[in-house]
Parts: sequence; C-alpha cells; structure tokens
Amino acid sequence: MKTNLYNYILELADNCLIGGQRLGELCGHGPSLETDIACTNISLDLFGQTRSYFQYAADIKGGDATEDSIAFLRYEREYKNVLLVEQPNRDFAYTIARQYLFDVFHLLLLEKLQFSQDMTLSAIAKKSIKEVSYHVRFSGDWVKRLGDGTEESHEKMQAAIDGLWTYTNELFEVTEEAKALAEQGIGVDVSKLKETYYQNVTSLLQEATLTVPESKYFQKGGKAGIHTEHMGYLLADMQYMQRAYPNMNW
Amino acid sequence: MEKNWPLWEIFVRSKNGLEHRHFGSLHAADAEMALENARDVYTRRSEGVSIWVVESKNITASNPENNGELFEPAQDKIYRHPTFYTLPDEIKHM
Amino acid sequence: MSEAQLKDLEEIFEQRIANDEKIEPKDWMPEKYRKTHIRQISQHAHSEIVGMLPEGNWITRAPSLRRKVALLAKVQDEAGHGLYLYSACETLGISRDELYDQLHSGKAKYSSIFNYPTITWADMGAIGWLVDGAAIINQVPLCNTSYGPYARAMIRVCKEESFHQRQGFEIMMSLCNGTEVQKQMAQDALNRWWWPSLMMLGPVDAESVHTEQSMKWKLKRKTNDELRQQFIDQTVPQADILGITVPDPDLKWNEETGHYDFGEIDWDEFWQVVKGHGPCNKERMNARVGAWEEGTWVRDAAMAYAEKQQNKKENQAKAV
Repeated sequence: MKTNLYNYILELADNCLIGGQRLGELCGHGPSLETDIACTNISLDLFGQTRSYFQYAADIKGGDATEDSIAFLRYEREYKNVLLVEQPNRDFAYTIARQYLFDVFHLLLLEKLQFSQDMTLSAIAKKSIKEVSYHVRFSGDWVKRLGDGTEESHEKMQAAIDGLWTYTNELFEVTEEAKALAEQGIGVDVSKLKETYYQNVTSLLQEATLTVPESKYFQKGGKAGIHTEHMGYLLADMQYMQRAYPNMNW
Repeated sequence: MEKNWPLWEIFVRSKNGLEHRHFGSLHAADAEMALENARDVYTRRSEGVSIWVVESKNITASNPENNGELFEPAQDKIYRHPTFYTLPDEIKHM
Repeated sequence: MSEAQLKDLEEIFEQRIANDEKIEPKDWMPEKYRKTHIRQISQHAHSEIVGMLPEGNWITRAPSLRRKVALLAKVQDEAGHGLYLYSACETLGISRDELYDQLHSGKAKYSSIFNYPTITWADMGAIGWLVDGAAIINQVPLCNTSYGPYARAMIRVCKEESFHQRQGFEIMMSLCNGTEVQKQMAQDALNRWWWPSLMMLGPVDAESVHTEQSMKWKLKRKTNDELRQQFIDQTVPQADILGITVPDPDLKWNEETGHYDFGEIDWDEFWQVVKGHGPCNKERMNARVGAWEEGTWVRDAAMAYAEKQQNKKENQAKAV
C-alpha cells in the first residue's frame, strides 16, 4: 500500500470531514433561515469533498475499506485534521472565524493541489476550488459584517479571531508524508502558503476594522493526531451509530 | 436595534438564451448578501446561470384597480395581430 | 365602501375563484380570505422550520456519509421551503418578524407531528416515509390553490419534496434488509410514527371547522378523512413490502369499499399535543426562540454594516 499517499489523503480529507461536521451541527439553529441554508451548503460541499478523498483512500487501502470505515472507524489519535476545524461553535462569530481562517488556507492549498501529478487528487482539487472560492467569499463577507457591524458584533468577532488565532500556524506545518509527496510533485508544501495566507487574512481583518492578533504562541498537534478536548465529543457523536451497531449496512 | 433585513425579489436566468424570471423573494441586509442567499436558496439544484436581485421596495407595481383603463383598451385593437388581415389561400408563408 | 358594494366585490371575487382564476397580491380580497391564508400559509411555513429540528437531531450522528449528506440536504430543503412559504405569506401584508412572533409566542400553530422525539436512526426513515408521505398527500392539491404566490411556492415545494419520501423509504429498506436489530428498529419506528402520521391529516371531517370555506378557496380539494384513507391505502402495501407490521389490529382490506378499514385514532392524544403538551413542544419552541434571540446581534450587525457601506457609497458619490 502507498502509505504516504494514504496518510496524506487523510490529512486533506479530515479537515473537510470535521469542518463539515461542525457546520452540520448548526443546521436549524442559525441566526436566520438564509444563513442556515448557506452554512448547510458549505457543509455539504465539505462532505462531498470528504467522500471523494475517502473513496480514493479506500481504493489505496484495499481490502474491505470503504469511505465509511475510514470516516467512522478510526480512533481519535488517527484523525489528522488541524485543531482549528474541530473548535466548537461557541457563537456565530466563532463559526464564521473558524470557517474564514480555514477557507483562506483551503483555497490556497487547492490552487496548488490542482497541479498534482496524482490525477485523482488533481481532479478533486479542481472541482473543489469552485466550491471553496465561494466559501472564502461567504465567510470573508461575514467577517466584515460582524467586524464592522455594531459594537457588540465587533467585540464578539474580535474575541473569536483572538481565540482561534493560536490554531492558524498549524495549517502550515509540513508532515513527513506531505514532504515526501511534495518532492514528487504529488503533495503541496504548505509552508510556502504561509506568507500569502497571513497577507490575505491581515488585509481582510483590517478592512473589517479588526485587530490582527500579535501573539506568537501557537498550538499544534492535530496533524499528528493529538487533538483538543473537543474532539472526543465530536467523534462520540459522529461515530455513535457505527460503534453502537458494528458491521451493519445503513 | 430593531431593524429587520429588508425583502428582496429574486430573478433567475435558467440558461443562456432565456430571460430572467421572477423566482421568489428572501431577506438580506444588503445586495451582496441577497445575491449569495439567492444562490443558496433558489439555485441549489442548478436552476440558474445568472441572478438579479432587487430590493422589493424599489419595484413600482401597477394597481389592479386600474386594470380596466390600463389593459382593456388593447383588447379591441385587433389590427395589431396578423390574423386581422386576410390573404389569398395560395400564399402559404407570410 | 357600502355594504352592498362590498357584497358585490365579494361575489365577483368568489366568481373569479370558481372560474379557476388566480388571485394575486395586489388584487382586492375579502379580509377573511387574507386572514385565512395568512393563517394557513404561515402554519405551513412554521411546520417546515420546526420540522428541521427532529431531523436535525440526527445530522451529526448519521451512520454513513451518504446518509449524512442526504439528510443534510433534506433538512436544508425544509429551510428553503419555509422560506418560500414565508415569502408567499409576506405578500399578504405581514412581515417575517411578525410571523416569527406569532410562532414564538405560541399564537401560531405548526404541525403537531414535530412534537414527537426522534430517538433512533430509524426515525429518519419513518419520518421521510410516513410524515413526508402524508405531507405530500396534503400538499399536491395546493399546487392548484387560488392564491397565486401560495400555489407557486407549493409547485416548487412539491417538486423538491419528491426526493424526501424516497430517501426515507430507502432508509427503511436498508433497515428491513439488515440484521434483526435493524429490523426491530424499523418496526419500533413504525409503531411510534404510524398513529401520529394519521393524525397529521387533520381532525375527522365532522370536527373540522374550516373545511367548507377552504374547499371553496381551493385550499383544500379533499376532506381530511378522504386524505387519510388515501394515505392508508397507499402506505399499507409499502409496509408489506418492507415486511413490517402496521400497529393497528383492526386494519384490514375491505373488498366491498376497495379501501382499508382501520382502527380508532386516539384524538385525545392529538388534542393534547396540539394544545402544547406533547413530548417535545417545549424543546422545539425553546430551540426556535433560542436561535432567533441568539441571532439578534448577528442580524443587527449585518444591517449596521449595510448602512455603513451605503453611506460610504453616497459620500464617495458626493465627493466626485
């Protein structure tokens, strides 16, 4: 089995899976019907991407692996998503901030991944770019609305950015697998996206009248499977059926 | 603050070559949001290739009470229709 | 307007509907027509929105990715349908906020079925199969109702709704073709959702207060009892295909009438839930009111931002 490639796909896909799961929690509980519909759309895009990645990963793994066994039957330490996407929906500002800080990275990543030597990854990236371009626009617009809206919304948006900033640096950490695959023209060296990322984010935050956090202390661990305390609950929820009723078709 | 998001009317072109058609309405704080919402609400199943949004208050509508004076005078102007004119049977296409 | 004039207008109005003409928002209409429509359309919209909650309850726990996206898309459709219907209702001169107020204060009703809990995954199947099945029977005739905006909203709703019931039935099929535990789960869901689904089609004709007027205005094409019979007749054979048993010992095919005979519905339970004392009435309302109140600062921010942007634009225009 191509272990590197398999692990790399999980690294890409788990962000979509866990991010989609977080957004899915909100369905029916958002601030307006219109935003509910929009957030659900983004969640559906992310799950769609997840499925494409996992179907590919299942092919590589072989045996009786399926998209669902990969999605639902791993232990927490085996999920490779960044810490950012697993952060809970504390309020709408947190949801938007998490989304925006991830979306900007996600788009930069896909814009490189579309040139991957791996045809499947390249195809998934090409299709996803269109979806994620919209995500960036949606979340970016909302960062501006909340940042430059009322005093209350400004405070909440700033608090969310401050709270999540510590998880941004991990996005650019290069794992062993990613490094090896980047050298073969299959993966993306995410460390090279860092500068553009912070430039883009800084300029939008400024437009939104928000202060860019200065903290240089960052959290990491997600890519190595060491998650925040929130992750266990998310997985308990997500895996509930597969764990309680093993080996059944649904 | 108790100000509600205004209502917008949504017009969608289903495919090039067709006109924009009124699809419905929705609420949004500004035009940008109205466009985004319209995309998510009215084109989830690939129903459109182009969207117009107009704030509902900017639409001036005729009043049905005036329908008589507005629309009935056109009814007897049958000379505006090709069937008003008689042609010899030999002429097939005109 | 004199009484005689009003009567004239009303007669012309009723005649137009009898001739299958549509009524549009700015047309003159009797006050009662407007009120009845606001009540029915908003009740319908509220049902879609509250209906998102029992199914939303399983989005994070859906057992496969395929099921998860289907359920998400379905719940999203319900938000969309609520939105189409609120919009139709707003053409009658009432705002979305007023409609929400009516819902949140308990003044407006929504379909009682959503006050039952969704406690197993099979409930997602049963809701799609039975609840959406009953809803479709109610809704299809409305595509032809007399009020234009409502009819147009319903055409869109019905078109999109068709995948919902199939989605539910497919879930039931998978369970019934699965392990013993899964079959039991399916049977249990049918047991719990069958009677509430029958109640969904409304009180028996003798007790239904609005039927006659609603028929005239094409808000209704068939009576509650006729719709209920139609639902039972089409659903029982589907349960047979699934291999699960409808929980009604009196249910049997009647050769003479060509319909199923069925047992007594527990109307006390129905009225208890309608009056706010079902298993989940309070949870559902708390969830809706909570989402709305917690969203206030977000909606306010968006308005404030829009105004700032507008002012900026105007100032720039002045500067030029």
